[in-house]
Amino acid sequence: MSAALECRNLKAGFGDHLVLQGVTLAVPSGGVTAVMGPSGCGKSTLLRCFNRMNDHLPGFFREGEVRALGRDVYDPTWPVDSLRFSVGMVFQKPNPFPMSVADNVLFGPRLLGIRQKQELSEILERSLRAAHLWDEVKDSLSSSALKLSGGQQQRLCIARALACKPQVLLLDEPSSALDPIATARLEETVLDLATSVTVLWVTHDLQQAARVSQHVAFLYLGELVEEGPTAEVFANPKNQLTERYLTGRFG
Amino acid sequence: MERPIDLELKKLKEQLLTMAGEVEQQLSLAVRSLVDRDSQAAEAVIAADERVDAREKEVDRTAVEIIVRERPLASDLRLVITATKIAPDLERVGDHAVNIAEQALVLNRMPPLKPFVTLPRMADIAKEMLRQALTSYVEHDARLARQVIARDDVVDALHEEVFRELLTYMLGDPQTIPRALALILISRSLERIADQATNIAEQVVYLVEGQDIRHVHGGEERGV
Repeated sequence: MSAALECRNLKAGFGDHLVLQGVTLAVPSGGVTAVMGPSGCGKSTLLRCFNRMNDHLPGFFREGEVRALGRDVYDPTWPVDSLRFSVGMVFQKPNPFPMSVADNVLFGPRLLGIRQKQELSEILERSLRAAHLWDEVKDSLSSSALKLSGGQQQRLCIARALACKPQVLLLDEPSSALDPIATARLEETVLDLATSVTVLWVTHDLQQAARVSQHVAFLYLGELVEEGPTAEVFANPKNQLTERYLTGRFG
Repeated sequence: MERPIDLELKKLKEQLLTMAGEVEQQLSLAVRSLVDRDSQAAEAVIAADERVDAREKEVDRTAVEIIVRERPLASDLRLVITATKIAPDLERVGDHAVNIAEQALVLNRMPPLKPFVTLPRMADIAKEMLRQALTSYVEHDARLARQVIARDDVVDALHEEVFRELLTYMLGDPQTIPRALALILISRSLERIADQATNIAEQVVYLVEGQDIRHVHGGEERGV
């Protein structure tokens, strides 16, 4: 199976509200897949199913299969911490921990039991470089992460996820709180990462989906309406709903 | 619900249709200059070509403006792309009208070689193909577009017929060669105009169905 993430007939919701109405989707390995759709269509709920981030939310329920890297994410032999190291996540708003830049990045590796200074130092530099942040913070690694700009904080969150060597990164509208320059830097960073990591990127920004993704999925009212290569879907959608969404006739 | 882009797209379509109307007029005038031996009409065609060229640039400018300002997607994007591909086809039709007019000027200085029968018929079919291709664009009618594509073979066959007939004239009497050559060039231009109409119709199929049928050989595969 070449899909990095996969769900089959996935139904999920909260309390008595069914958000995902039976979604079947295979996210190809490598590159960026964008999930787009109007607010409330279930994009974030779908994304969070892949590393079980919904599980702790009140009233969450789910049925249907969810697989990551070929394994059932609910496999009892796959601890949820370990799943989240492999399938990392970056959220809408930057959420650095109130600690130093270095401690943020090394939080995961330390949880994994890595104590050796040399190894930690290598992980720190490698992760910050991959997140295109090293040059900006290398002289202030012990400063508080909260002093960084919004864009830097978001790239720090990417570095923090990368420190655990994930194979998949889930991005939930990561640039919605950033200005255009910080957004461009973030996109550039993720595009570089996507050569080695599979990225699933939720965005409501169509132009961003067009810029960053090679594959795109369109969700509407909890259903997968259409998916395919980005250029094909954006120029020649097969479904009338996709056509209407892309041409701004609703949403 | 009217979107801001709708006004821009309407403007683009209107510019393209204005250009098409002018090109059609050029073609009619060129054919008249030949059939009625009207050199004044031929001169008018040649003089008006610059206006057609300017129309093509106008369509391109509007298309670029829409892409930059509105960032069109899906059918909006296809409408803009097809407009920028149809405009050069129309411009080429204008060039062929000028070619016909230039040859008419040559022929009008000499006695007629033979009564015109096939060339006016070819011109009528080519003009109708062009008109129908543009109608199919305006009305998003892929079926009509496919009918246009299917008629291209008729014009090709007529061109062959004209060529063979004029060849016999040239072989029989070398003095007819300059006139016969001019008529062959005119026939060739009409055949090319039918090709341009076919290109436009292929763009319409892409616009409506998102299917690229260019360079696909065989009528069945192209759905014609």
